[in-house]
Amino acid sequence: MLGYLLKRILHGIPVILVVATLTFLIMRVVPGGPFDRDKKLPPEIVANIEEKYHLDRPVLEQYLLYLGQAVQGDLGPSYKYVGRNVSDILAETFPVSLTLGLCAVLVTLGLGIPAGVISAARRDTGIDRACIFLATLGISLPSFVMGTLLILLFSHKWHLLPPALWEGPKYVLMPAFALGAGFAGYIARLLRSNLLEVLSADYIRTARAKGLKERTVVLKHAFINAVSPVISVMGPLTAGLVVGSFVIEYIFSIPGMGNYFITAVTNRDYPLIMGVTLVYAVLIVFANIAVDLLYMMIDPRVRLNETSGRRGG
Amino acid sequence: MNSPLPAMSRLSAWYLFGIALCALLAPWISPFEYDAQDTAQTLLGPSFSHWMGTDTLGRDLFSRLLYGARVSLFIGVVTTAIALVIGTAYGAVSAYAGGRTDHWMMRFVDVVFSLPDLLLIILIMVVMGKGVLSIFIALTMVSWVTVARLVRGEVLKIKEYQYVTAARALGAGPARILWKEILPNLHGILLVTLSFRIPSAILSESTLSFIGLGIAPPASSWGTLANEGWQALRFYPHLILFPSLAIFMTILAFNFLGDGLRDHYDPRKRQTNRQ
Repeated sequence: MLGYLLKRILHGIPVILVVATLTFLIMRVVPGGPFDRDKKLPPEIVANIEEKYHLDRPVLEQYLLYLGQAVQGDLGPSYKYVGRNVSDILAETFPVSLTLGLCAVLVTLGLGIPAGVISAARRDTGIDRACIFLATLGISLPSFVMGTLLILLFSHKWHLLPPALWEGPKYVLMPAFALGAGFAGYIARLLRSNLLEVLSADYIRTARAKGLKERTVVLKHAFINAVSPVISVMGPLTAGLVVGSFVIEYIFSIPGMGNYFITAVTNRDYPLIMGVTLVYAVLIVFANIAVDLLYMMIDPRVRLNETSGRRGG
Repeated sequence: MNSPLPAMSRLSAWYLFGIALCALLAPWISPFEYDAQDTAQTLLGPSFSHWMGTDTLGRDLFSRLLYGARVSLFIGVVTTAIALVIGTAYGAVSAYAGGRTDHWMMRFVDVVFSLPDLLLIILIMVVMGKGVLSIFIALTMVSWVTVARLVRGEVLKIKEYQYVTAARALGAGPARILWKEILPNLHGILLVTLSFRIPSAILSESTLSFIGLGIAPPASSWGTLANEGWQALRFYPHLILFPSLAIFMTILAFNFLGDGLRDHYDPRKRQTNRQ
């Protein structure tokens, strides 16, 4: 298990390196720098600025310099927020985004799993159809539409919740719901179809023949086998939630990484763009590892395949 | 074993047909010019003369929505079509070639696939600058990998069928087999993919335009309109509600249509597609 974990982390390093290299190259290739002004700056000032940010060195040297510092946790100075380091900005904003993301995962699972179980257990009834319909609505509702609707109703109309900022538990509710609700639709539909498949298996018939309550059959016998595909989509889904938070953080003016990322893109603040992208890459790699570990714990078949080394990467 | 499309899917198909028709005929059916400003009639609520009200510059929202449909639908449909062609060719060649070629071709797809769509799109937009062309390229670049993975899986299955072996025995080359024997069998999965990828492209574009990184005025998609409405959310909610409704209804219709098509082509596989 520990060896496997180590192997996975080692496999993740090239991915992160590729992302770092690509974003670095991309940012150097783009026409138009962060210091382009309408007014032409005197050449001495341009030279000074370029020296300060090492822009006068050859690209390869810049790259190695960047990587060397990145490994030590220094992602360089922000171009736009003068006097602040990208690492400092990330250290400040990442916890906010993480909190939001985790709350959204809770919303996704908290809505999606019960809905999926109920609609599978009550197959082809009104409840089932209502759940499926709601799930499809959720999938089709863009998070920014959901966000604006929530603000309109709960803030502007009923004055129940604050429409923006990040100053306490009350401020988490709407963003987390807007972010997580759509994905709950996916989870519900996926879980339903898996449960229906499992419920037609022989061992379920045996369980029913033993006279077990339907509730026990569904929740104890069928659920554990139907839930593994749900876990395997949790990796990409977490990535989706984290990135989806760009929009939600923008709408609710939350001081998280996504909000800074949008501003950085508008300002062409390259070190900040690269920093945020790197953090996302690392996050995705670790989310996938975590999901795979969870998968192994739940499904013994996967564990067997792992030890025999059949699955790479 | 094909079942007829359910009512919801047929209704969705008609709705989409109607929207597409409105988009095509926008110059003739819109009651006002989409950019005609009327400073005496700014920020009106919905009324008989302006069905959906007017914006801060007194432009008729309904007319702007009709013109926005052109941008949004065009981007959704065309990028998906291009992605479908690229993805199908890539996936089919990869699966048919097999072995090491297949391995490396798919490794590349996996890397692109593992990055979240929106992040990738934004990074591409940073490189290429704002504009319709950049959106096109960015959306196509994230969309084709999904198609490639699906098509590869399908071709791997089909190429083992006996009639393919028979064709090979008769002396057909790889190109002929892919084109004449395998491709026609993909039309079901491609149609389903199309109806799930188009709304996903529309969603990405509108999200991007909503946060101000996508299509910039004066060209406006539904996402741009929603963004304009967002600026006046508190007192003039109709400005954001109508564009949002248009986006939502269209994505919903594509999803219903896709569900119906999937069950139609494969009634056993009632699974949720990842988009």
